[in-house]
Amino acid sequence: MTLGVAGAAAVYTLRAADDCLVLSHRLAQWSSWAPTLEDDIALTNIALDLLGQARGLYARTAELDATGRSEDDYAFLRDEREFVNCLLVEQENGDFATTTVRQLLCSTFQLALWQSLTTSTDEQLAAIAAKAVTETTYHRDHATDWTLRLGDGTAESHERMEAALATLWPYTAELFESDAVSQEASILGVGPDPESLHPEWHGYVTRVLGDATLVVPQSTWKPSGGRQGLHTEPFGYMLAEMQHLHRSFPGVTW
Amino acid sequence: MRSKGQIEHDETDVADPRELEFQALIDSDQRIEPRDWMPDGYRKSLIRQIAQHAHSEIVGMQPEGNWITRAPSLRRKAILMAKVQDEAGHGLYLYCAAETLGVDRSELIDLLDQGRQKYSSIFNYPTLTWADVGAIGWLVDGAAITNQIPLCRCSFGPYARAMVRVCKEESFHQRQGFESLYALSHGTTEQHAMAQDAVNRWWWPSVEMLGPPDTESTHSAQSMAWGIKRFSNDELRQRFIDMVAPQAVVLGLTPPDPELRWNEERGHYDFGKPDFEELRRVVGGDGPCNRQRAAHHLKAQEDGAWVRAAAAAYATKHPAASAAA
Ligand SMILES: [Fe+2]
Ligand SMILES: [Fe+2]
Repeated sequence: MTLGVAGAAAVYTLRAADDCLVLSHRLAQWSSWAPTLEDDIALTNIALDLLGQARGLYARTAELDATGRSEDDYAFLRDEREFVNCLLVEQENGDFATTTVRQLLCSTFQLALWQSLTTSTDEQLAAIAAKAVTETTYHRDHATDWTLRLGDGTAESHERMEAALATLWPYTAELFESDAVSQEASILGVGPDPESLHPEWHGYVTRVLGDATLVVPQSTWKPSGGRQGLHTEPFGYMLAEMQHLHRSFPGVTW
Repeated sequence: MRSKGQIEHDETDVADPRELEFQALIDSDQRIEPRDWMPDGYRKSLIRQIAQHAHSEIVGMQPEGNWITRAPSLRRKAILMAKVQDEAGHGLYLYCAAETLGVDRSELIDLLDQGRQKYSSIFNYPTLTWADVGAIGWLVDGAAITNQIPLCRCSFGPYARAMVRVCKEESFHQRQGFESLYALSHGTTEQHAMAQDAVNRWWWPSVEMLGPPDTESTHSAQSMAWGIKRFSNDELRQRFIDMVAPQAVVLGLTPPDPELRWNEERGHYDFGKPDFEELRRVVGGDGPCNRQRAAHHLKAQEDGAWVRAAAAAYATKHPAASAAA
């Protein structure tokens, strides 16, 4: 597959944008349901940062793919098969342990990605990344704090964390998959091939899990397909809810 | 820390020279701080009012949060998320202000979940369409500002200071709500109809938010003497109407009150009589969403219990790490 310079960069950017949007949406679903007021505020904070990152990335994608689409066109007018986020971000919130584990796994990946993107040959991506590094450092710290507390808290919280890890760990393999798009983006200096981020991600995550008295699960199952628009069933419901109002009033201004 | 008994136990304050000093401070417009001596009734009354205010912020997250996952544009979604987050922040400052009076946040939250403390009855109405989000910002935040601006001069320091910050954010919410409704009202015919329907449903409950009429208000006289309340419910209601009536004209939306008109002689808008029977029913527990809101809050508390227990257990095991966090 040859995508051309702009093609690969556009798809590469869109993948990152969809990751941010979908994870933001999932976190926003916690509003008024978090275990403490402080965490209600923190989860919304993270969701807002991710939404801001998504919006910046959609704006850049629209320039790279030259379709002239708006951020809302990307978010509300694409069908499930056109979303290219990874499967991990679309996983349902579950209990607070599941959300915490998902956040640790995602934020650690995203932080490594943003750090690398600060030196992108695409100046706009580099600028988005510079701001996102600060935000995502906080996201990872928040997830780390909760991983430690829940892993090394009570017997119940430890058990819930183990269950969450068992559920989510298989989805981490997809984060580091390399393909024609990521290879081309890497050659062009647009951004790192995710494969190269694995050592750093693995080092941080295993250290935190160890400190939290949790064991890294083994999994032979490595679900994949998100980057090709092949998603999990719950994702369709998420999009249906997110898109229905926008689609009910085509072309209007909100 | 004070026990629940001290929140609820109602003993008459005996005459006390400290009480005269206290009243003199209030009468000369000075602030009472948590360490100052204060009559028990003053303390109890403030705890009740601040807790009810905090609960209102928290329960108020539900009706608007109801639209976060369906917001029709990314820009509106970001604005709504930030707004609902602000309300959580308001709840947090207010619980902190209440804690300076010797109660504990968890104790107050339990009282809410047991139905022994109330929250603003406005949040017992459902948000049925997207326009309700704009209508709440415009009218409900508008009524909240009307209530709260005088509280910035409340005699109790921590409450007054919390209100200064809260009022700034509420004004911002009101402008955003107005702007959102304006976009709908000046959009397509369907959008305009959606905005008008929302105003039809939220107008009277917002007018009623300023409380029962002065002739029936139970706590007003004492609260005025203590410098907690500065204006009567009916005075505040008039201020609210005077603020929003001209804004409705700019919005191009018609409030559902045929008696609403400018009265040159009074220099105020005249308006119809709110249905206070309806207000009593909703306050009494029979509004459309009382049961739903209470069940939602209780479920969130119960679902989070194991998380809070884990945090406490971790803090005991690792005192240094927890102090740094
Ligand atoms: Fe508020
Ligand atoms: Fe507000």
